[in-house]
Amino acid sequence: MTAAVLRMVGVSQQYGVGELAVSALSGVDLEVMPGELVAVMGASGSGKSTLLSIAGGLQTPTVGEVVIDGEHLSTAAPDQLAALRRKAVGFVFQDYNLIPTLTAMENVTLPMELDGVSRRTVRRAGRDALGLVGLGDRGDAYPDDLSGGQQQRVAIARAIIGGRRLILADEPTGALDSVTGEQVMKTIRGRIDSGAAGILVTHEARHAAWADRMVFLRDGRIVDESRRDEADAMLVGHP
Amino acid sequence: MSVRQSLLAILDQGPCYGYQLRTEFDRRTGSTWPLNVGQIYNTLERLERDGLVQKGDVDDQGHVYYEITDAGRAEVAEWLASPVRRQAGTRDELAIKLAIAATLPGVDVSVVIHNQRKASLAQLQELNRAKYAGADPEGAEELAWTLVVDSMIFAAEAEVRWLDHTEQRLSLHPQRALELELSTERPKRGRPSKARA
Repeated sequence: MTAAVLRMVGVSQQYGVGELAVSALSGVDLEVMPGELVAVMGASGSGKSTLLSIAGGLQTPTVGEVVIDGEHLSTAAPDQLAALRRKAVGFVFQDYNLIPTLTAMENVTLPMELDGVSRRTVRRAGRDALGLVGLGDRGDAYPDDLSGGQQQRVAIARAIIGGRRLILADEPTGALDSVTGEQVMKTIRGRIDSGAAGILVTHEARHAAWADRMVFLRDGRIVDESRRDEADAMLVGHP
Repeated sequence: MSVRQSLLAILDQGPCYGYQLRTEFDRRTGSTWPLNVGQIYNTLERLERDGLVQKGDVDDQGHVYYEITDAGRAEVAEWLASPVRRQAGTRDELAIKLAIAATLPGVDVSVVIHNQRKASLAQLQELNRAKYAGADPEGAEELAWTLVVDSMIFAAEAEVRWLDHTEQRLSLHPQRALELELSTERPKRGRPSKARA
């Protein structure tokens, strides 16, 4: 049986204590398999971004377990956690988050360079990643010289470099026009189809429909879920 | 559907026979709304009656080529220049269903919305998959098909957004506040009486 790339079990997140405590997530269970893209939808304040931060190990949940590629995040030491994030998880944000003084290639290869990987390996991985997002010839360009769609593709290349298998995308099309947004979704879908796993946070149904499953968050709970393979269970209630 | 004007616009490009028109219509609309040949000939007869096309040459295989008249050209120009008006009179089945469901005591309208959203999202997924599997719209025919699929994708997305909006709007009211018992006032038959001045 194939193992899930990401497994979240009984994850809850509370902010504040006592009577003032606010639940951002309550008992969330979520598994993402290789080759699977899960869209997380929900109103603002429903816990979407918290879910993504916890899934990527940027935030430790109040309760619950997160497992990435078989590694339990709760038992990992801080430096192990940081290494796991760099090697296994790639984030894509709405506003690209590229470093303006670095070229596209340097932006893409930065996480690997931080890990002390040899320069030759890094360059090769950078070329591969940029090639996969259709920007093989723009490695020397600075972010300002690239269009919004190209910058977001650089961000995707950075998210997948070195065979990282978990792509966490937070409104990746939010700053793009609809045609460019669709190209970015195609790029993400292509990476998922070649074996990565992904979570896509979006409020646009059109983009969520690129996913294999759609999860709805309401008040921190997953209230229903779509499944590609179960004809009559596109949305399964999770009480 | 503006079959009549579409066929006329195609004939504006040059004379065609019936089956040829069918093929031309198909390749320009991604084969989404296939027309049968009978429909084509009926339309051509009416266009001829209205003086917008006329019968022209017949080829060796007996194909009758229809050609557009000046009046036909004017109609094509008029059609392209004017906006399509959505028929306000058309009943929206879903809007009616939700409006009625919201007023029925004992009916949980959120379940109705949930089921509809499930279906609309499934349709969106299907459309996206079809588009993803399709060729990149480099050629004219692929582009025409993409335009048609896009229109369906945006319509389905609009429906999902409207459902989300409806759900939020309804959640602002307690269920009881929306329900309507059968009215005890019996409506009078005949025309409603004129409003008093």
